Amino acid sequence: MLTQTVVFAAGCVVATLAVGAAFAVLLTRVGKWPRLILMFSALGAWAAPAMTGATVWMFLFDTNLGLVNDVLGMDGHNWMYDKWPAFALVGAVVVWHSFPFVMITLYAGIQAIPTSVLEAARLDGAGTWATFRRVMLPMLRPVLTIVVIQSVIWDFKVFTQVYVMTAGGGIAGQNLTLNVYAYQQAFSAEDYSLGAAIGVVMTLLLVVVTAFYIRALRRTGEGL
Amino acid sequence: MHDRRVGRLVANTVAVLAAAVVAFPLYWMVLSAFKPDDEINSAHPRPWTWAPTLGNFRDALGVNGFGGYFLNSLLVASVVVVLSAGIAFLAAVALTRFHFRFRTTILVMFLVAQMVPVEALTIPLFFLVRDMGTAVPQIGLSTLGSLMLVHLAFSLPFAIWMLRGFVAAVPDTLEEAARLDGANRFTILWRILFPLVAPGLAATSVFSFITAWNDFVFAKTFLLDPDTQTLPSALMVFFKPDENDWGGIMAASTLMTVPVLVFFVLVQRHMVSGLGGAVKD
Repeated sequence: MLTQTVVFAAGCVVATLAVGAAFAVLLTRVGKWPRLILMFSALGAWAAPAMTGATVWMFLFDTNLGLVNDVLGMDGHNWMYDKWPAFALVGAVVVWHSFPFVMITLYAGIQAIPTSVLEAARLDGAGTWATFRRVMLPMLRPVLTIVVIQSVIWDFKVFTQVYVMTAGGGIAGQNLTLNVYAYQQAFSAEDYSLGAAIGVVMTLLLVVVTAFYIRALRRTGEGL
Repeated sequence: MHDRRVGRLVANTVAVLAAAVVAFPLYWMVLSAFKPDDEINSAHPRPWTWAPTLGNFRDALGVNGFGGYFLNSLLVASVVVVLSAGIAFLAAVALTRFHFRFRTTILVMFLVAQMVPVEALTIPLFFLVRDMGTAVPQIGLSTLGSLMLVHLAFSLPFAIWMLRGFVAAVPDTLEEAARLDGANRFTILWRILFPLVAPGLAATSVFSFITAWNDFVFAKTFLLDPDTQTLPSALMVFFKPDENDWGGIMAASTLMTVPVLVFFVLVQRHMVSGLGGAVKD
């Protein structure tokens, strides 16, 4: 269970950061209207409560009444039946909910880089890649720090989506993540101490991950 | 030059397509909320409807006390937003402008506090709230006060953490100038820092609002009295093991999403500029 929790969370973090960063860069390359449209739909996805987001996606991927199965001609296919497709679907909802924070924060960060700096880099003969790698990336590091830490914290603790979409852990508990398991143990099995113990373990895991990250930052000369 | 125009066109097209994909689930939710039952239960759903109906909303609102639940949710969320904005502002200023012992420790604790899975804290908090209720009835079980207190505690670490960046972005020299002009600490806080940090407050209050508005676990655990329920409980009425009333679920989901959307649109402008301000050096 620890393995699948980590794999699922790591997948969510990587996908969220990739999608968010790609869209942030895209936002800097497009005209005013496409930018506003993308921004607003992202805000909509961000604003949607975890619970309503989960229910809508479940409806879209419903076995018999869902739009997706109808369009793909797979009527009757149950997306939640196998372990990893179920995780992937839940992960998609998590990414849908959380990439806007990454996108908007990174976009704001990119916008905050003075154009004079970029021009100076160009005058000094830096290409697109060199400009990105040597100028933009170091200037974006503080924002990236916030975005990475928050994504890790949020995605490791995803509860509502997993709980609602897999009906409390999936078929025979195949989609249990640590905190859903903790909740089940506490409230269904009334084993409060086991639930609390799992909570402690998860907190420690996150502390260790973040501590490594902060150490790495210190080494590059950044601090808190 | 020609290449550039094509590149731009491709980028614009990709952006609009991406926006359509991202917004589609929301569109589907609102559309389904207005669809009549026979269209909802059709195996070949259409992406439009010719017979919009309010029937699903009537069903959703027909759930006993839905209006009251809605107001309860709104009350809890509003109180949490206002209190957390005030406290987070003062805390962020203290943590940015003053250097004292254990400052870094406190900052790290704010991060650690966010890492504790909420579900694991439900149990100890339940006992805590129950015992507090015997001393101060206003924050005991089945009161909205208990919910406000807990959500305040959970939204503060992130709010302070975010706001710190905004406060740090205000140059020291501004405050020094004000001090030289004879402003005392309170005036500086209220007249100088507050207006400059206001966009950041807008951004962080979105998070506080969402924390309080979306919560399901605490409301379910603390609010035992049917009169003091909040919105998610009303949503749960539509979840049945085998036969989900998708129309009702979509209508209730729409009703639950609208206030958050309105709140987002209201502070949206400040949010983007604010987040930009957070990262300027």
